[in-house]
Amino acid sequence: MPQYAAIIYSPDHDWTAPEQGDVMKEYMAFGEAAAAIIRGGAALYPTATATTVRVEGGKGGDIVQTDGPYAETKEVLTGFYVLECADLDEAVKQAATIPGAWDGAVEVRPVIDFGM
Amino acid sequence: MTGADPEPHQPVLDPLALHDIVRAEGRAVLATLVRTTGSLEIAEEAVQDAMLRAVERWARDGIPPNPRAWLITTARNRAIDVIRRERARAAREIEATRLIQVGEEDPVSDTPGDDLLRLVFTCCHPSLSVEAQVALSLRTLCGLTVGEIARALLVPEATMTKRLTRARTKIRVAGIPYKVPDDHELPDRLPAVATTLYLLFNEGYAASEGDEHLRATLCHQAIEITDELLALMPGEPSLQGLLALMLLQDARSDARTAPSGELVLLPDQDRTSWDHRQIQRGVVLVGEALRRTPDHPDRYVVEAAIAACHDLAPRYEDTDWEAIVSWYDVLLGLRGGSVVRLNRAIAVGERDGPQAALDELDAITDLASYPFWWASRAEVLVRLGRDDEARQAYDAALRLPMAAPQHAHVEARRAQLRSAS
Repeated sequence: MPQYAAIIYSPDHDWTAPEQGDVMKEYMAFGEAAAAIIRGGAALYPTATATTVRVEGGKGGDIVQTDGPYAETKEVLTGFYVLECADLDEAVKQAATIPGAWDGAVEVRPVIDFGM
Repeated sequence: MTGADPEPHQPVLDPLALHDIVRAEGRAVLATLVRTTGSLEIAEEAVQDAMLRAVERWARDGIPPNPRAWLITTARNRAIDVIRRERARAAREIEATRLIQVGEEDPVSDTPGDDLLRLVFTCCHPSLSVEAQVALSLRTLCGLTVGEIARALLVPEATMTKRLTRARTKIRVAGIPYKVPDDHELPDRLPAVATTLYLLFNEGYAASEGDEHLRATLCHQAIEITDELLALMPGEPSLQGLLALMLLQDARSDARTAPSGELVLLPDQDRTSWDHRQIQRGVVLVGEALRRTPDHPDRYVVEAAIAACHDLAPRYEDTDWEAIVSWYDVLLGLRGGSVVRLNRAIAVGERDGPQAALDELDAITDLASYPFWWASRAEVLVRLGRDDEARQAYDAALRLPMAAPQHAHVEARRAQLRSAS
């Protein structure tokens, strides 16, 4: 059976804020309804916490990190990994080895741990 | 409150001097608290509170034998209070646990310098926007209030509050580490630190509006922090160059403003009022940095070398323009940019005459929205006796946004032209 990554584009929610309760309930309902087909996924912190990593001059080139999410429109989202790293420095280092970093850019965003 | 009881040690000081002592310690205390609490927000709140208590307490009882230890203990106790208060919030649970664990260890770091480096490299992390780095550094390293930062950077206070909150949130949530980069990472990380420190300095030096005292404080704080960093990373050429550049520019600051508040440019400055001790220190630092990196000097080393050429000339006429033009050539090789070319053109004009300067200026085609390109062009045209064109150039400069003293200066220059013609 093939797998599909469902990338969600929506307003910039802070999922940790209590006022998101209603939307969260809807997501939880989806989670239960679709439990049989969900293989993985993550809720992300708001884009204010994002760092975009580029490698300039091809593989092994200079790592350039900028504050904020990836916003260009020429490229589109082509996939995502969930990486386990000690801190942002390590995550950036790892992200810079993903071919997308020199083919385009990789946005690094912390994943919320709901402690479940 | 269970802060260490200060023993009366010194005679009671006036509040202003006391403030300075507390502020001077604040940076080191904050740097340590961020490490022990693992949270910038909590550390900031706790240290601010401890500083207020210190001013109150020390004014009454005298300064304790070890002010820093007193502040750290008081701030740590306050941090534990804050954590307890926030404990109800689930998101803070992890931090609370961490603090209670480290709360048992000796609060006074045996390596306060490392904490300061951690704080500097965290505030100047490349994943933060430059604006955020500057704002955060002003808050944590210089100890400015949000209101003072907003005034210094000419932004509404609400905007500044938001910017700082966003930066702190990113540090915490994205996991920007509180650590000094490894040696092999330093070449990548130091430029961001240098840029931010130089921006701090420039906010004080170049900003022409706002609180006079605040601006002087900014310059001196930037120099102080750079000096401390250099002591922690001795012989680091980019920091030597940066410190030299700040010292060499700041040495001229008193001569830059006339008693009436008008801007005084380099040719007309009273050079006896320059700070010659500071100049000497700057010149020694440039020399050391150049000896360490003769083939690939850092941009700040080169800019400091240019400042040194100016500072070392007994009179404006004695300026070594040949050397200055050569340094601008080196600088162009390092960072390029039209503003560097503009400054080089002015130096070329002093060396080879106004026609050479005009040729150089006209070769720069992308500065039509930069008032100082027009103003420089006007000055050169005046020297060539082409008054009508000069007037047009002054007008073009005056139509562009400029800080008040610069605007007044250009206006005065144009008025002189009218009376002469």
